[in-house]
Amino acid sequence: MGNIQIPQLLFLMEGLKWTVILTLVSFVGGGVFGLLVALARTSDFKALRYVTSAYIAIFQGTPLLMQLFVVYYGVGLLQISVDPWMAVAAAYTAHASAFLGEIWRGSIQALPKGQSEAARALGIHYYSRMRDVILPQALKISMPATVGFLVQLLKGTSLASIVGFIELSRAGNVISNQIFEPLPVYGLVGIIYFLMCWPLSIFGSRLETRLAAGVR
Amino acid sequence: MYKLDFSVVLERFPELLWGCVGTLALAVAGMSLALVIGVVGVLMRQSRLAALRTMAKVFVEVIRNTPFLVQIFFLFFALPFMGLRLSPTITAIFALGINGGAYAIEIIRGGVESIPRGQTEAGFALGLSKAQIFRFIIFKPAMRTIYPALVSQFIMLTLTTSICSSISAYELTYVAQQIDAETFRSIEVYLTITGMYLMISWLVMSLFAAIAQRSFSYPTK
Repeated sequence: MGNIQIPQLLFLMEGLKWTVILTLVSFVGGGVFGLLVALARTSDFKALRYVTSAYIAIFQGTPLLMQLFVVYYGVGLLQISVDPWMAVAAAYTAHASAFLGEIWRGSIQALPKGQSEAARALGIHYYSRMRDVILPQALKISMPATVGFLVQLLKGTSLASIVGFIELSRAGNVISNQIFEPLPVYGLVGIIYFLMCWPLSIFGSRLETRLAAGVR
Repeated sequence: MYKLDFSVVLERFPELLWGCVGTLALAVAGMSLALVIGVVGVLMRQSRLAALRTMAKVFVEVIRNTPFLVQIFFLFFALPFMGLRLSPTITAIFALGINGGAYAIEIIRGGVESIPRGQTEAGFALGLSKAQIFRFIIFKPAMRTIYPALVSQFIMLTLTTSICSSISAYELTYVAQQIDAETFRSIEVYLTITGMYLMISWLVMSLFAAIAQRSFSYPTK
């Protein structure tokens, strides 16, 4: 591995820390807003459904890199000083909320209609119907896709390096420029991503198999 | 208060349109390569040689579990080491094809496995060659089954082309970054090309819908 030594490895680990933090923050934030998006997308109000389906279509129809650029430079226009890290986290949160919202909308609508009809017939109001009847079942069938998206998101945080945020890929960039050995450096960075994503992917496909077995 | 000023964008609009052409060209080339890799990969996964099967499996897992940005950088620096000096745009096509190919292998495999064994056996019984069986009995019906998944993967690939700007391949984001660097009208430029990407993905989607209507609207019973 030539010139990759302890200081370089420590720098990569520092980058790795920010990759993990950014992923977790945007996954949790995206989860909260994504739940709202999914609920709005399946609500009885036409206007809410239209607005959220446009929101989802925009995020699915544009590159993640553009979403980052627009939020990053857009926040700059507000003339309030916002930490660049906050801007990046906001962009990823919005991105995740659209994709998770769409995944969960799918699982809410995949439930048999009888479930919500029965709850209605029993006089269970909206809040409890969602919390106790619909969402627990919907979240269960959405698990494989949700885990799959977590892997996408983790890989996607590498794009934050393009707007200058120092995470794992950016740290790799810096080191590669410093010691002029791109192949071992990017190889190592790739291995670190792989070691995080692969277990998640396996976990996701296990969930899928188990779910398919349960349905049968 | 900052005033949005799109005059720069209007002035450089022709360049942006050429960027769109670059993006579409990258996307189409990437998809074609991905499809080739996808089919070859599936054949490898069904091969009798364990080594070929393992190779295809490892390829899929490695590509699907690492970021595209790292892959394209690796390729960008690795190819010259192997004595291949390629332009950034050609490197980008390779990266897009390899990345898309890994996903295509998994998608196509799902489709191939959905064809009941009896149909292949019936093909053999009718005296069709292996190639004919693959083409008529496995490939086309499997394509029909996996078409929606493949299309959404290809839309993803089209959007991924924006990352190729990081090795300065010629496409829309790269053009936008140059205009941004010269004029400092970042938000105007990026808002505009975000709209352009929306149009591009819509265009690609309608194109695939048209192809589906032409090729796959035959009765199955």
